[in-house]
Amino acid sequence: MNRRRRRRLAAFKTIVFVVLGLFFLLPIAAMVEFATRGVGIDSPRTLSAFTSITSDPELTDAITASLELAVITSVAMLALLLPTMIWARLRLPRMVRPIEMVCLTPLTIPAIVLVVGFAPIYRWIEINVSDSILMLAFAYLILVLPYSYRALDAGLAAVDVRTLSEAARSLGAGWGTVVWRVIVPNMSSAVFNACLLCVAVVLGEFTVANLLNFENLQVAIAILGTGNASVSIALAVLSLLFVFVLLFALSFLGRSRSRGRGALRVVR
Amino acid sequence: MTAVATTDSGYAERPLGGRFRFPTHWLGVAPFLVYAAAFLLLPTVIVAVGAFSGSHGPSLANLAQLGQPYIVTAFVNSLVLSAVSASIGAAVGAMLAYAVASGSPSGVLRRIVTALCGVLSQFGGVTLAFAFIATIGTEGFIVVWLRQHGIAFYPNGVWLYGLAGLTLIYTYFQIPLMVIVFMPALDGIRPQWREATDTLGGATWQYWRHVAGPLLRPAFLGCWLLLFANAFSAYATAAALLDIGGIIVPLQISRALSSEVGLNQANLAAALALGMVVIVAVITVLYSWLQRRSERWLP
Repeated sequence: MNRRRRRRLAAFKTIVFVVLGLFFLLPIAAMVEFATRGVGIDSPRTLSAFTSITSDPELTDAITASLELAVITSVAMLALLLPTMIWARLRLPRMVRPIEMVCLTPLTIPAIVLVVGFAPIYRWIEINVSDSILMLAFAYLILVLPYSYRALDAGLAAVDVRTLSEAARSLGAGWGTVVWRVIVPNMSSAVFNACLLCVAVVLGEFTVANLLNFENLQVAIAILGTGNASVSIALAVLSLLFVFVLLFALSFLGRSRSRGRGALRVVR
Repeated sequence: MTAVATTDSGYAERPLGGRFRFPTHWLGVAPFLVYAAAFLLLPTVIVAVGAFSGSHGPSLANLAQLGQPYIVTAFVNSLVLSAVSASIGAAVGAMLAYAVASGSPSGVLRRIVTALCGVLSQFGGVTLAFAFIATIGTEGFIVVWLRQHGIAFYPNGVWLYGLAGLTLIYTYFQIPLMVIVFMPALDGIRPQWREATDTLGGATWQYWRHVAGPLLRPAFLGCWLLLFANAFSAYATAAALLDIGGIIVPLQISRALSSEVGLNQANLAAALALGMVVIVAVITVLYSWLQRRSERWLP
């Protein structure tokens, strides 16, 4: 009875893993296949689609813009969110829940809905501030809030913020020193996680940029797709690989670090 | 520095009441709140107000426009797409989650599958649409390969660029998402319950029908709702796959936004967006209710 059950479970698992493995691998393999196709029917495999990415100025502009946005959004996220979260924990405990709620709302409002509200704001920004694509960082900061909040929250939960900051303050440290030189080094993996998530979200963002008429990486891929499919798929493969590596690193790194090493390195 | 520390540190002198002090400690969270008000609250208000205003002040005309046949069709399509892709994703994802959860909880397989699912559930948008075009588009890998062997992949016409194709593509990120959100519920199932069923002479199907099934049902439905909302709000994949026409609501919104007609269309976009928000809000309320129910048994 038990052996039969175990054998049936093993068979079930094998089928599930093989079928789903194929389902998930095929599209990615097909992309690589498509991007390396030659021009003619029987022409050999070629990497020309990959090499021609760099020769298209419109494309390189979009890639640069997306990378810049990723950096700006990460830095702005840390500058805005981290001090707020630490301050709320120390001095305004009753604001911790409301702040969490605010940070998680973008999960429940679809990006396509937010864009409708962003449109008039961005028209104003375009006229009064700048029409640079980097202005997208304002919107992206909202989009990354839920992910960053969760990552930072997990990090802060593992650190005794109160003890650390009391210790630092009694030694004469200002609030800036407390945040950036005492607490942050103690939750570096959480900060790192939050930044990685930021980068992944920003590099994959299409909705807001497309509807506000900015050409970031994903929009460029989509536009190119209608004309030169193999180059756009080659770029898609690369951007996908990049984000995959980021997120994969995150899911392994984040776990092993936050568990193993103690939270209170300084105090101990 | 020390002067600041003695007069302004929160723990030393939290006022015991009575005496008024300017609430300086609120300044610490002010930048964040201002930012959230400007870029989260304000857009939401713009959507809500826009839905109820016409070119000459308040009006219900936009909401009335939601009754137009092509918009009703878009809403129905969106709901069907979300429901079907959520159902397939939930069923298949639950099976995969079970296949993983029945193994060793700290095994390599589980870590790899969880990590992969975390990555794939975020894999959407333009890239995903192109991946499927490269696979089963008219010049896709599988289509070409089958053609070389004399088999037609699309004997009855290409269905990739429509609701059916979208449904298939959406399952690609729905299944991994289901694995991630459903795994904790499966971990909450104790082996003792299975053993108790065995001791009482229950068969496998009875265990699933009377023990594990009812325990997992609220969690499963909750995850289904999450998947539903996920599919319902997705835009990029559909936009990259079918850039013209508006078969689902997000595409209708983008059409209304990008058209050059002007103010009326912007308000129509707001009305459509409001419609989406209402549906997502209903789902969220149901979800939190189910979440509470499933927490009764499963941690």
